[in-house]
Amino acid sequence: MTPRRQRMFMLAAMIVAVGASVFFALRALHGELLYYLTPTQVAEGRAPTSGDFRLGGLVLPGSVRRHPGSMTVRFVLTDGHHSIPVVFTGVLPDLFRPGQGVVARGDLVKGTFVANEILAKHGPGYHPPGIHSRYNAPHIPGSLPGGTTALVTRP
Amino acid sequence: MSGRWSRWIHRWASPPYFYRVSRPWGRAFAVVSFVAIAIGLYGGLWLAPPDFQQGNGFRIIYMHVPSAWMSLFIFVFLAVCGLIGLIWRIKLAHAMASAAAPIGAAFTAITLVTGSLWAKPMWGTFWVWDARLTSELILFFLYLGVIALSRSFENPQTGDRAAAILAIVGAVDVPIIHYSVDWWQTLHQGSIFRGNPFDGHLHTTVAPSMLWPLLVMWLGFMCYFGALVLWRARSEILLRQLDTDWAREAVGAP
Repeated sequence: MTPRRQRMFMLAAMIVAVGASVFFALRALHGELLYYLTPTQVAEGRAPTSGDFRLGGLVLPGSVRRHPGSMTVRFVLTDGHHSIPVVFTGVLPDLFRPGQGVVARGDLVKGTFVANEILAKHGPGYHPPGIHSRYNAPHIPGSLPGGTTALVTRP
Repeated sequence: MSGRWSRWIHRWASPPYFYRVSRPWGRAFAVVSFVAIAIGLYGGLWLAPPDFQQGNGFRIIYMHVPSAWMSLFIFVFLAVCGLIGLIWRIKLAHAMASAAAPIGAAFTAITLVTGSLWAKPMWGTFWVWDARLTSELILFFLYLGVIALSRSFENPQTGDRAAAILAIVGAVDVPIIHYSVDWWQTLHQGSIFRGNPFDGHLHTTVAPSMLWPLLVMWLGFMCYFGALVLWRARSEILLRQLDTDWAREAVGAP
């Protein structure tokens, strides 16, 4: 075996070893490293029993209620299979609107998610106004493609 | 496999030959880069329509996304240079990696800064520790690690080899960054390209009127990298070979 070929094999072995360890590490972390949980994952009991966590989903159209004279807003967060009512007092991101994806941080109090921070999670679609794209809403795992448009028109 | 490949690599790897041919190539890259970035910026900032939800704020995409692509591409470039340098013992490959690493670090920094400035008005925060942002930040530290490691040894060859190994191992972060938005639930939105480019099912989530300036900017950034890496590699091999006749002649030393 020439020295060059030997170096090739050494490097190939190193790449395989590193690749395999990273592959198994990532497999183990597949269900973790989630920035947010969906309402379905919360229903499966994956949310912590105490303390804050992040809840992500789509703002159900028609569910947004603002309290006159206060900064409090109530809406329903859904992934199409499960829904959780959310209450939040504070400044919403500009992109907040019905059908939009949001990630809320807070905890569950008697079935209502009391949020202390709301971030917008928009979809990967970019286009001028007036065009319908199924990428307008972000993809929430477990939900139907097309966001809440598909949700609300579903029988 | 080593015969033809090795001959081709060794011819290009001859420092005097590289020093001679890299000059016109570098200039060509620089000209294309200048023209493409000018057209891309004009297309992105003036011709492309405002976005349906982000208005004019989306235009930072024309810096952010091509920079992000470059940050991934240049790290793969480092890993390939490292492999060539380690297997064929080609010094030029290490010089190229050494020239490319700071450029890649700069593109990664631009990606992180523009992303942060974009996230604040749209998402509502400068930074989140989701899988996409965190893996891109790790890439920035990997670049710094490669740069630091190559300069940490008294023997420059040892530094080159250590940096090459870190680049090869660290390249595992590149697919992780790319697929992070599919593998984990992130705040960052999904990729703007979907499907497989090899079976004809590749499609994009961006309207054509907004997409073309993005691709032109990417071409401009690639050529900018090509020009800059050749220019920096030329200085690098001159410095490394100052004890040879051709290099002394090239810089006009007696």
